[in-house]
Amino acid sequence: MSTLTSTPTVVAAPRPGGGGPLAVLGRHLTVYKRVWQGSVFSSFILPIMFVLSIGIGVGGYVGTVDGWSYLSYIVPGVLASGAFQTAIGESTFPVLGDFKWSRAYHAMRATPLRIIDMIVGWQLYIQIRVFVAAVIFLAISALFGAVHSPWVVVTPLICALLALSTAAPISAFSAGLENDSYFSLLFRFVVIPSTLFAGVFFPVDQLPLFGRLLAYASPLWHGVVLCRSAMLGVATPWPIWVHVGYLLTFAALGLWWANAAYSKRLKD
Amino acid sequence: MTQEPLIRARGLVKKFGDFTAVDGIELEVAPGEAFGFLGPNGAGKSSTMRMIGCVSTPTAGELRILGMDPVKDGPKIRARLGVCPQLDNLDPDLTVFENLTTYARYFGIPRAEGRRRATELLEFVQLTEKAGSKVEPLSGGMKRRLTIARAMVNEPDLVLLDEPTTGLDPQARHLLWERLFRLKQGGTTLVLTTHYMDEAEQLCDRLVVMDGGKIVAEGSPRHLIDTYSTREVVELRFGDETPTAYVEKLAGIGDRLDPLPDRLLLYTSDGDSAISEVHRRGFAPSSVLVRRSTLEDVFLILTGRTLVD
Repeated sequence: MSTLTSTPTVVAAPRPGGGGPLAVLGRHLTVYKRVWQGSVFSSFILPIMFVLSIGIGVGGYVGTVDGWSYLSYIVPGVLASGAFQTAIGESTFPVLGDFKWSRAYHAMRATPLRIIDMIVGWQLYIQIRVFVAAVIFLAISALFGAVHSPWVVVTPLICALLALSTAAPISAFSAGLENDSYFSLLFRFVVIPSTLFAGVFFPVDQLPLFGRLLAYASPLWHGVVLCRSAMLGVATPWPIWVHVGYLLTFAALGLWWANAAYSKRLKD
Repeated sequence: MTQEPLIRARGLVKKFGDFTAVDGIELEVAPGEAFGFLGPNGAGKSSTMRMIGCVSTPTAGELRILGMDPVKDGPKIRARLGVCPQLDNLDPDLTVFENLTTYARYFGIPRAEGRRRATELLEFVQLTEKAGSKVEPLSGGMKRRLTIARAMVNEPDLVLLDEPTTGLDPQARHLLWERLFRLKQGGTTLVLTTHYMDEAEQLCDRLVVMDGGKIVAEGSPRHLIDTYSTREVVELRFGDETPTAYVEKLAGIGDRLDPLPDRLLLYTSDGDSAISEVHRRGFAPSSVLVRRSTLEDVFLILTGRTLVD
């Protein structure tokens, strides 16, 4: 066979940068093909149960919020919070696992792949996951009459940006860990409070000042108000560029941190 | 003119904080060679391998791999290396076949070509029947063979094997050695670390013995044995007293006496006459074994310690 008879000179020089982020993305998608069933509930069924139970069930007693039916009010929030939760779910255990248990990143490190390829490949994977979940959720929401503006077409992009602004720093955080005990703190003190208080189910104006400030700090709130604005055709609380800029800043700092954390883990 | 070495190290140092893992080593590996690092755990073998594999930056000294600088040209060098790490890092969620094709993509190898190579390599490591199996249920030996197949997927110029057979049963080790020997015969340059003497003797054309981050000896296995040990070694066990007690009593027999906790090693060019001399002095060991000298003896003589705990 050719492998055995090859001389020490390479005939066809391999690409110096290797397969780049797309090769990394390919690996994650191949793994996902094996385990996708596990994500069906959290990515697709759970958001729909929220809409049915809270949007229609609770909504029947709530009446309207800001002039909209409660269902129409929460659908954009549930959409954004689904993206937020998928992003965090995917950037916690799976990232730590690929450093610590499967050591997939160490395997990549022995190839021409660069650390930035690993980070970008992983974020692309999360983007695809979030994008697909958003599109399916929107299609179902449309059946319930929760879509009120053609701007709805940009919501998958908003979800993607929200996911990046969350997944990048959380991936960085996970890359620095030795065990998973911090994750329960993350879920308890960041994910659940964000989901409950960052404007998904009611306007943050209802919160006392301190709670409001926390909501403003959470990327989720910015994603929620952008989605809501796009789906209902209403103005955002702050100028759009502030919300988008906040998410972009989170994303950029997160990627920078991820690069530092991955490098620390994989060099030496 | 000789070919440029694939690996050249001059005064290579690796420190982790205050700890010096590799302490100024010099070495050259020529194309087609099978080169070994022999030494106990903590000798600096793996640290050296990681620097050669361009995943760890040298603290000081000069290192050239394939004529390039590992710090500047890491990805370019890694594109031409095959690495079989000490800890398995196969993808547990992927099949055996997918492990190879996915890895091929990391090198930018087109899909069809990756599949072709995967098929060929699985045959080479005798895992064709396992192509569709997941990695988890494979035995340790099979996983290691798959890792070696994976390391070959980019048709590397240089294959690095960090303790390739540690933890495998004897049968699995022999199968692996046989495959590595075939790679070597095919002209692939192998660099491996081991703390098994038999492995080094089986596979290496040339090796260095490392201890405490330094190279303490270098040469072919035969050369090292001839230089540092004697032709034969007599292992003597005594029922009554500790081996140390006999060092004085047997002084002068052979070239050297080394008491181990359970036995006394007597280095000599002629085992049989040494035994006769032991008996002539009136001692009756409970067991006597004459054997050829091995790298284990070389290591013991060089460092005063046995190699495997």
